[in-house]
Amino acid sequence: MKTAVIQFPGSNCDGDALHAAQLLLDQDAQFVWHTEAGLPQGTELVFLPGGFSYGDHLRSGAIAARSPIMQAVKAHAERGGFVLGVCNGFQVLTESGLLPGALSRNRDLHFLCRPVHLRVENTSTAFTGAYTKGQVIEVPIAHGEGNYYADPETIARLEGEGQVVFRYTDNPNGSLNDIAGIVSERGNVLGMMPHPERAVEALLGSEDGRGLFDSLKGALVSR
Amino acid sequence: MSTFKAKVFVTLKPSILDPQGRTVERALSHLAHGNVSGVRVGKYIELTLSGSRAEVEAQLKDITENVLSNPVMEDARWELSEELVGA
Repeated sequence: MKTAVIQFPGSNCDGDALHAAQLLLDQDAQFVWHTEAGLPQGTELVFLPGGFSYGDHLRSGAIAARSPIMQAVKAHAERGGFVLGVCNGFQVLTESGLLPGALSRNRDLHFLCRPVHLRVENTSTAFTGAYTKGQVIEVPIAHGEGNYYADPETIARLEGEGQVVFRYTDNPNGSLNDIAGIVSERGNVLGMMPHPERAVEALLGSEDGRGLFDSLKGALVSR
Repeated sequence: MSTFKAKVFVTLKPSILDPQGRTVERALSHLAHGNVSGVRVGKYIELTLSGSRAEVEAQLKDITENVLSNPVMEDARWELSEELVGA
């Protein structure tokens, strides 16, 4: 699967994202700088990595969401291409309007960096097909602004349409409905605060993130 | 063409939990200001713009609503004043 890992000034999980993609998605992954106007030919997955793009100034993800490459990412998403935003990448997705809602300061104002447990709520998405429904996985979080918020109508729609894909079993940040990750209406864009790319090898403490990449590979084959 | 000073105020919507404001409120209470309530922490942004008033107002509205604030969770308002040259 040809993957483009977008680098913004302040991205710091870009190396992890590239490593996970190369390890689990057939090596064909490369960095793309945020000032680029287009994605590499044949890109199938756009990976917006974690970090602190532009130092989280203004709002986390706000400035990155308005950088040149995001026009190409939006076009890719509109074509049905896969987009995965992790942590700051999730913030960039909500700021750019590719996913609904917003991420605000954690309920207790602390930066949280530890493993958490997530329940897989929907296994009929391209990102979760390799998991079983209700499966609890261990994946790390590392964020100060992961408190998911959306207005009540949006939350009801997300819940009703099965767009809530991952839910915290022990909500660490105050997110509404314990939401940890959501997909777009079409199911081709996933945003999540926890880091599946940091849980792909036993050496890292958990391999539970592999399922997400295995799912994507499976989804591509069946397309 | 004139030069204008803009002041933009961004605050969390009333329905959004403001943990920063709550922490400040608690601190004030500890400092014997127990009569203070409703503390909300927001942002104040200054800009200088040049152009005609109509142009600048339209541009400022766009900047405020589409860049400086996130309408999902924030309210924003602005004040615009013409800057006197040489004053």
